[in-house]
Amino acid sequence: MSAYDIERLSRLIGMLPPAPEAWVRAAQELPGARRELETIVERAEADAAFRAALVADLESALRAEGVEPTRPLLDELRRRVAE
Amino acid sequence: METAGDDGEAAAVGAAALSSDLSDAQLVARCRTGDEGAWRLLVERFSRYVYAICVQAFRLPEPDAEDVFQEVFARVYEKLDTLRDDDAFRPWVGQLTRRCCIDRLRTGSREEPADAVPEAAADDVLGELEQAYDVHEALAALPENCQEILDRFFARDESYRTIGDALELPAGTIASRISRCLTKLRENWEETEYPARPENR
Repeated sequence: MSAYDIERLSRLIGMLPPAPEAWVRAAQELPGARRELETIVERAEADAAFRAALVADLESALRAEGVEPTRPLLDELRRRVAE
Repeated sequence: METAGDDGEAAAVGAAALSSDLSDAQLVARCRTGDEGAWRLLVERFSRYVYAICVQAFRLPEPDAEDVFQEVFARVYEKLDTLRDDDAFRPWVGQLTRRCCIDRLRTGSREEPADAVPEAAADDVLGELEQAYDVHEALAALPENCQEILDRFFARDESYRTIGDALELPAGTIASRISRCLTKLRENWEETEYPARPENR
């Protein structure tokens, strides 16, 4: 009999519950979100009014483009528009 | 990491060709070519592991855990090309998550954590999570009905009633099915972990 008795197996299965679906979906959509981010930065470089609105509210700007404003994306966008 | 861009056809073919039979190394290699289907599967495969490190090993409050979770996958996406050994993806992502959790605890969280978690204690839990991941891999080799009922009951903490409704099973048969599936899991586990032992042949 191994150390992996039934009780231990049950407990180990229970140690990995699913992550919240929205978190997983946002991470899965990262490649598309990065492309959207590039588009937003290009528009900000070409359009001063858009850039001002963007700087004023990054989260809304991302949402308007259909991108979930996760912390890493917001940080990246903040860094890029500040350059 | 390169991306497949808007090449929908290539992405669709990639996604269709994917299965859980792909090793981590194969999946990582596909991600490097910009296969977004492979990326989705990679995130799906490691999402529980990253989440568990955040909330069980380091006990991060949910808002911090969410930030770290997204940070980990953003870094994986950016740094996948720097991974030297594709077979070592799991320890790599585990270490990356551990470092992100520690950084979050040191730089201050969005919410006050319930209590500070010593790193040594977190590392003990990390060791258990490694075993839990191995057990989940063994679980994935069981018939689908067994995978689902064990996952629903133990990992999703669903009641017999919820499971019965979802799987259209009489509540009275659920306990016995869980028991049979656990026995099967243990047999499979022992065969793969201890193949040389005569009692496992």
